[in-house]
Amino acid sequence: MILLTREPLDPEAVARTVEDPGNGAVVTFLGVTRNQTDGRGVLHLEYEAYPEMAAKMLGRIAQEVEARWDIRHYAIAHRFGRLEIGEVSLVVAMGSPHREEAFAACAYVVDRIKENVPIWKKEFFADGEVWVGMEGHHHRQPSLR
Amino acid sequence: MHTNVKLFAILRERAGTGQIALSLPERATVADALRQLQERYPGLLLDAASTMIAVNMEYVAEDHSLKDGDEVALIPPVSGGNQ
Repeated sequence: MILLTREPLDPEAVARTVEDPGNGAVVTFLGVTRNQTDGRGVLHLEYEAYPEMAAKMLGRIAQEVEARWDIRHYAIAHRFGRLEIGEVSLVVAMGSPHREEAFAACAYVVDRIKENVPIWKKEFFADGEVWVGMEGHHHRQPSLR
Repeated sequence: MHTNVKLFAILRERAGTGQIALSLPERATVADALRQLQERYPGLLLDAASTMIAVNMEYVAEDHSLKDGDEVALIPPVSGGNQ
């Protein structure tokens, strides 16, 4: 299952989608919004996505995981929009007959998401806001219009 | 020919819009589209080196040839998942 949604994620419901009688292991990863970055307090976050392309890229990552570890039961769910601190932004669940493959596949998916899946995170601080990955631009640029 | 350019995150904020319609000559490339954007929105592509380009939801190089109706997207550095 690949899911991009503005709605809160239910990790247990996502993990249930990878259940199968042949699986001996389900490894689940939760990405949770954190209250600080480099000691600066984060008030809330916003994720923006190019949803159609993000879903396509996540589907491709799932194909890689199937080819490499023979994972047939996977779920990747990413939330976007405004998130408060402590909310779940990402759920990755991998079901496999054995735990080694499920652990490896889960870590691989989380790493790959940061490489080229078009999803962006903005952190809001008491004194400004920053698109993560664009930290050189600490203040909102004036609109060019 | 006409293409729609989608902008996201910091680029969307800089331009003040998430979508820009471009009119380009036949056989124009992604580089031609970027030049036109730069003329209309100076300062938009300050960090062009870190911006990736997708056409119809596939990453492409700047010499990629565009077709009428293509959906071009400017993809600033991504930061999904969890850091």
